[in-house]
Amino acid sequence: MKKFMIIFTLVFFFWINSFTEPAAMHIMEGFLPVWWTVFWWVVTIPFIIWGLKTLKTAIDKNPEAKLMIGFAGAFAFVLSALKIPSVTGSSSHPVGTALGTMLFGPAAMTVLGTIVLLFQALLLAHGGITTLGANAFSMAVAGPFAAYAVYRLLKKAGVKTGVNAFFTAFSANIVTYSVTSLQLALAFPSESGGVFASFLEFAGIFAVTQLSLAVCEGLLTAVAVNWLEKHRTSLKGVNFS
Amino acid sequence: MKNLALVLFAVAIAVIPLFMWQDSEFGGADGQAEELITAIQSDYEPWANPLFEPPGGETESLLFSLQAAIGAGVIGYVIGTVRARAKREKL
Repeated sequence: MKKFMIIFTLVFFFWINSFTEPAAMHIMEGFLPVWWTVFWWVVTIPFIIWGLKTLKTAIDKNPEAKLMIGFAGAFAFVLSALKIPSVTGSSSHPVGTALGTMLFGPAAMTVLGTIVLLFQALLLAHGGITTLGANAFSMAVAGPFAAYAVYRLLKKAGVKTGVNAFFTAFSANIVTYSVTSLQLALAFPSESGGVFASFLEFAGIFAVTQLSLAVCEGLLTAVAVNWLEKHRTSLKGVNFS
Repeated sequence: MKNLALVLFAVAIAVIPLFMWQDSEFGGADGQAEELITAIQSDYEPWANPLFEPPGGETESLLFSLQAAIGAGVIGYVIGTVRARAKREKL
């Protein structure tokens, strides 16, 4: 009965969300000056290489890790497809990078998050190829690394993994969109107030919309992590880092 | 029970705004960002266009639900695998 209720609620959740206006939350194709697109690509590529090495090591050490890498990637894939209405009257979507960060570390999510962004850029005209470096930096580098810091800190403080997951996912979401705002502000400083004034304006659009979404994402990630915790003995050696 | 409560809470957060803003279409926050860019730098011309753009909202929502479906399929597979393992270990 309980399981049925969870499934029913999730179906209802996805159904409600399917009615909202399609929306994109990443920096649109062509909307960053050329110099900045190159800059963010250069910054992001080392993290992708690092992430590929991390994933290879994880699989070499334990081939069974593949299943959970798939799980972490799929989780990000689903969550970033959900455009959830926010209290600000606009929509945005979760990032879903926290779960994989907790399992395989932040660099692994750089790879998985970039794949998600590539899919959205190619098929959905959501984000873009030229802006992929910048979008990957915010969603797949800054978000996961900040979230990882929060995760380790709370873990040291003895916070339970499920509760920790909430805060880790919340930070991954908020940091991602704060960095997006910063990237836009750097490229488009306001004439009167400079980068900082622009940042506040972009953050007013993105970060505030994200607040209720970040809570949503935190809760959903906590559910996934609680489930993994419950089946810890059946994960074949994959565990929270 | 705990997880059910968490999911219900997540749903509530997504549904309540729909009642708060009866006349809003819940457009994307990025559309607003686009307007802001033009407001800050009115002569900015996007220098690249998407290689492929879904012809309309319907096709776009198809592709978005495809993304969610692929992900959900993989998640379901993993859940099934882990549950089967747990069952076998009990025997």
